[in-house]
Amino acid sequence: MTGTTINFLWVVPALPLLGALINLLFGRKLSRQAVHFVAVASVAAAFFTAFYLVVGYWNPAKPGDWQEGPLWQAYLNWKASGRVAAFELKETLYTWIQVGNFKLDLAFRLDPLSSVMILIVTFCSTLIHIYSTGYMSDEPRYSAYFGYLNLFTGAMLILVLGANLPVMFIGWEGVGLCSFLLIGFWFENETYADAGRKAFVVNRIGDFAFLLGMFLLYWATQGVDGGNSLDFAVLRNVGEHQPEIFTQVWWGRERLAAAAGILLFIGAAGKSAQIPLYVWLPDAMAGPTPVSALIHAATMVTAGVYMVARCSFLYAHSTTAMAVVATTGALTALAAAFMAFAQTDLKKVLAYSTVSQLGFMFVGVGTGNWTAGVFHLMTHAFFKAGLFLGAGSVMHGMNGSGDIRIMGGLRKYLPVTHICFLIYCLAIAGFPFFTAGFYSKDSILAGAWASHHDGWPAWYGKMLWGVLLVAALGTAFYMWRLYFLVFSGTYRGKQVVDHPHESPRSMTGPLVVLAFLSIAAGFVGLPHVMTHNAYFTFFPEWLALSLAPVFGHGHEASVLPHLSASTEWSLMAAASVAGVLGILLAGALYRKGPSQWVERVTADGAGQALYEASKNKLWVDELYDLVIVRPFRALARGLFEVVDRFMIDTVVVNGAGFAMQTFSRVSRWVQNGQVQRYLVALVVGAALIFVWTSRADSPSFRWRQVDDAIEFTAEPGHGLRQDAEIRWDFDGDGEPDPGVSGPVVTKRPGEVASRVTVFIADPVWGKKDKAGQPTQWRKITRRVQLPAPTTSSATAPAVGASGGVP
Amino acid sequence: MMNIGFGHFLVLAAVLFAIGVAGVLLRRNALIIMMSVELMLNAANLTILTFARMHGDLSGHSFAMIVIAVAAAEVAVGLAIVVAIFRGRRHVDVDRMNLHKH
Repeated sequence: MTGTTINFLWVVPALPLLGALINLLFGRKLSRQAVHFVAVASVAAAFFTAFYLVVGYWNPAKPGDWQEGPLWQAYLNWKASGRVAAFELKETLYTWIQVGNFKLDLAFRLDPLSSVMILIVTFCSTLIHIYSTGYMSDEPRYSAYFGYLNLFTGAMLILVLGANLPVMFIGWEGVGLCSFLLIGFWFENETYADAGRKAFVVNRIGDFAFLLGMFLLYWATQGVDGGNSLDFAVLRNVGEHQPEIFTQVWWGRERLAAAAGILLFIGAAGKSAQIPLYVWLPDAMAGPTPVSALIHAATMVTAGVYMVARCSFLYAHSTTAMAVVATTGALTALAAAFMAFAQTDLKKVLAYSTVSQLGFMFVGVGTGNWTAGVFHLMTHAFFKAGLFLGAGSVMHGMNGSGDIRIMGGLRKYLPVTHICFLIYCLAIAGFPFFTAGFYSKDSILAGAWASHHDGWPAWYGKMLWGVLLVAALGTAFYMWRLYFLVFSGTYRGKQVVDHPHESPRSMTGPLVVLAFLSIAAGFVGLPHVMTHNAYFTFFPEWLALSLAPVFGHGHEASVLPHLSASTEWSLMAAASVAGVLGILLAGALYRKGPSQWVERVTADGAGQALYEASKNKLWVDELYDLVIVRPFRALARGLFEVVDRFMIDTVVVNGAGFAMQTFSRVSRWVQNGQVQRYLVALVVGAALIFVWTSRADSPSFRWRQVDDAIEFTAEPGHGLRQDAEIRWDFDGDGEPDPGVSGPVVTKRPGEVASRVTVFIADPVWGKKDKAGQPTQWRKITRRVQLPAPTTSSATAPAVGASGGVP
Repeated sequence: MMNIGFGHFLVLAAVLFAIGVAGVLLRRNALIIMMSVELMLNAANLTILTFARMHGDLSGHSFAMIVIAVAAAEVAVGLAIVVAIFRGRRHVDVDRMNLHKH
């Protein structure tokens, strides 16, 4: 991939971060106009900078010199050769961490994939900032709200621009933090604060796996040239030219790519609300509605999809990892669609819809159909942000209530919102041929149908397609149920809100823009069977430059087996039928308000069971509570009682105090100021030292061979005078031998019995008789083993078992 | 008649020293404590002289003289302090001389 290094890419994330800094530090002192001017201007400036960079820019190093961005360069290449070519902008700010041979740069990269992402992020963010100035106009913590929103945008831009996994992870954690702050923005309400915490904790679980995946990739690639930086370009290069690193068997019979891919995907499942970590997203609707639109529909929750697409070089090497991603996505799409059926809160329906649509995207990237996943990410960002903003507009008109049971007939009161909402609903239902949602969803469905990867059963792609088709039918049904219940029929909420009102321009403006894009965005990625005009098929081809071709066969942008035109048309027809059928079904049931028929069917029997299952979200929250939360709390409680209360509080803290107190009580008693007591201690100590040093320790004797004789040497021991009277018993009768005395005696081996006794008389303390002869003897007897008498023993004197304790 | 040897002198000196120590440790009257200190000093003198005699060395005698001189000076100063304390407090009980403790 060709590219060029520039030095102002950092401006894109820095602008919103600067806005966040101003609003969070000084926002309280600024007027409301100043606060939202700073917030909107910084994000809008980021959008324009991003646009400027993606298309092209004037090179500041050479004034007047036009430099092409990734988009313009691709266009020029296409003009010249009929093929798009990859082009990227790169910037390394500085070396962030350098330890040993691990070198991590704070670096950003703008390639087609991140170009698409920063345009979506900054554009949606700008619209939602503008919308928020109207929606949040009564908010007392206005500056904090905009500060967090700006911070989020900055973090999200770091996430998508990061040139290596750790920098991406900074953004990943940053958006998680902002999500937590904004879900719990109205933390005075306990439930809302809990929702924020839940989002945070669930995301931590995913992030842990994400980190493990990152470590595994680092471990795997550290031998590669430049591989100890976790840079995406390097990793991608490894995937293309040294695939054996990713395909090595690592765990069980799976490749390393499978382990790393699944670990990273668990992180993505946390961030992008997939089974089993999706539970936080419906609760996240506690946050202000624009936040739901920005974070929990358009941008943050798609980070997981972006990550999988970004790491396509990795997933392309493991069909297992791809199967996990695709299957999880399909199951999530279906389960979430089912849960959306019986929700009665406007935002809850949209939340489950988001979970379901994210499932679609994961099927897209999981089947190796990366461009379709990202394509759906883009169109979904527009229509789902629009749906949330529209919901916000409706709730604004209904004085904050989101209960669809009391709405109905609102098209009369909110004409602009109604039209826009209608378009979004058409888009998400995949209404054929003119909505963006149709084309993106169709490309995912077609990709799933066509996918036939090594190790996958032949029917697997078809099964995924079938599941998604059912989910798409469900999507159309529950979205249009929502639409009819809110806008059609007669108004049912007179006793709650007398006269709903349309929202101010600052709110309807973004709705209109998003409605336009919900239609127009589809026309950058039309399927080839419809047109060969490159203007309309440009998007996937351009995007594919950032993505890995599946299983590294050449560098073709097309990643899937080519489908025949008739198959493709049939698949398109099936998707259209699913969408339209869902709409018609919802229309038949809910066109005039809540359906009598549905109420009758769900009153008892199987209908009721299904209805309850949907309404209670399949009891997943309750299940998690029972299986994970309660045991965990019990464990925490036990640890608190045993470790914290007993071991730390009682034993360590109070124990230290108790020991100190006892010690000081004793020392107080000793140090009482009476000199005489000190003297007692001194005298006693002196006496002890005297006794200790003056005792006769270990009197003994040793022997050694000198030529043919044995020499015995008495050792009276320390503390006895050396001139002590000494007698010997060599014949073993227990009495001193007459005529043998003195400390050193030499005997021949034959003269010595097996037991020798030395008698030592203490010359000072020992008793003596009248003549001065000692009468008190100290006797030390030792068993003496002599060497056999030899004639050739004139060698060096062998030391017997000498000197030791008897 | 028992022979009186060096051992007897040493034992006597040790007994005197022990009595002195006991007096210093156990009595509360400053005057008695001083007497006990004198006892210990003289026990030491006796020991020094015994060893001097044992080794036939005169330097021990001179040591004893110095000790007697120092003891005299010490007694003079000590008695002066005791008298001064007695004048102020009408007692010389060392346990009650605890101004510094409180």
